[in-house]
Amino acid sequence: MKTGLNFPIYLDYSATTPVDPRVAQKMIPFLTESYGNAASRSHALGWKAEEAVEEAREHVAALVRCDARELVWTSGATESINLALKGAAEFYKTKGKHLVTVKTEHKATLDTMRELERRGFEVTTIDVDAEGIVDLSKLEAALRKDTIVVSVMLVNNEIGVVQDIPSIGELCRKRGILFHVDAAQATGKLDIDLGALKVDLMSLTAHKTYGPKGVGVLFVRRKPRVRLEPQMHGGGHERGFRSGTLATHQIVGMGEAYRLAKLEMAGERERIRGMRDRLLAGIRTMEEVFVNGSLERRVPHNLNVSFNYVEGESLIMAVKDIAVSSGSACTSASLEPSYVLRALGRSDELAHSSIRFTLGRFTTEEEIDYAVEHLKTKVAKLRDLSPLWEMYKEGIDLNTVQWAAH
Amino acid sequence: MAYSDKVIDHYENPRNVGSFDKSDESVGTGMVGAPACGDVMKLQIKVGKDGVIEDARFKTYGCGSAIASSSLVTEWVKGRRLDEAASIKNTQIAEELSLPPVKIHCSILAEDAIKAAVEDYKKKHGSK
Repeated sequence: MKTGLNFPIYLDYSATTPVDPRVAQKMIPFLTESYGNAASRSHALGWKAEEAVEEAREHVAALVRCDARELVWTSGATESINLALKGAAEFYKTKGKHLVTVKTEHKATLDTMRELERRGFEVTTIDVDAEGIVDLSKLEAALRKDTIVVSVMLVNNEIGVVQDIPSIGELCRKRGILFHVDAAQATGKLDIDLGALKVDLMSLTAHKTYGPKGVGVLFVRRKPRVRLEPQMHGGGHERGFRSGTLATHQIVGMGEAYRLAKLEMAGERERIRGMRDRLLAGIRTMEEVFVNGSLERRVPHNLNVSFNYVEGESLIMAVKDIAVSSGSACTSASLEPSYVLRALGRSDELAHSSIRFTLGRFTTEEEIDYAVEHLKTKVAKLRDLSPLWEMYKEGIDLNTVQWAAH
Repeated sequence: MAYSDKVIDHYENPRNVGSFDKSDESVGTGMVGAPACGDVMKLQIKVGKDGVIEDARFKTYGCGSAIASSSLVTEWVKGRRLDEAASIKNTQIAEELSLPPVKIHCSILAEDAIKAAVEDYKKKHGSK
């Protein structure tokens, strides 16, 4: 059965993706041959690097449909988010001191917001519904006269649900509030049109879209103009928004990765959706499995499932032939259940027993079929071990049991 | 999370998995932990007329360390008198399995499970 498959089977594309070999090929010459500094205006090596950087910028702009001059290179989405939120808050603090975000955002946003609170800003963090979607009326109700920034992610990293960015953009623009969107998980998965969206700031990264780690972009709208207080000072690169010598090879990699995403996204998306649905159908042959988050408003490569009466960490340990995440990769070092699933109102037990499967460009049907059989065997084994499963089978309602919490 | 070889061995090949009839007079049942905390252990002991534990069974919902801790104690309690079994310390379990600091609570839970099973048995027989 194992012939032809490489183990572990990688189903963790939302943690990171492999660099596409075509991208890697494009990057290599910029390490060893065209190694000039893009800021060197006095010789050909510098010009060549600058040209490569600008070409890459055009590729990124083409994917998200904006002007290349609106893009600032960073080290990744976390830095982009930090620059967007801290930069905007510090620049516009005389206008107001209130920011709004959502409970299910990535830690890069939530932690930056906490830092802003420490600096004297006020932050409102709104709930999502049981499907993981932001309720627009709740968001509107949270907006105040002194609100300066709203930050909402386009695609959730754990459950893959898609927020209504167009409508939130309208709400914010009407009130003159800056709108930042974390789109780290969205590029190459769904169409992004910054020409139509009323989005002022957008954070992007390369390594979730088959580019290298360590490079990202912040989109900063020119019309209407958005201003930021820089967070990194130095040589005044990137129009003063972000100083530091540009990592040419990384930037070239991001450009090529985004160019390929634009070319191949439409076909890839449907192929991946087919495999995700095959995975879901296989998993649903088991009892007591629950999909976390809306299935309809979700990117096609994500499936987040709770296996009731099985504990998540032991499940991850059991399914060692497949590489998946419990909760999110960023939080799986702690023993806390996923805060995203808790925000959906999932019980601690179900939040503890969740697995995130994320499929990608190199996933095959054979891998999906293997993963389904592997899961079935391991879940059955752990349920045989589980006193909760035994009680469930005896017809005991676990909610009526007095547990000795520890 | 890097597990020790002993944890992996118990996890892959858990000893004495299963259940005894809870209402059997010779059986003591201990159930500790809570689903919301991520671990529930059920430990059962079968006690002979001489007060020596003849057999043990467990079922555990929890991480690999919790499963290994409960599997290990089913082996340890067999052949011991009730008071001997109840004196097993979590530190011995943690040491045997080389549990990392974040997993010490699993060994504490296993110790509590033994105590609860012994207590349950004694309660069944205490009034006689």
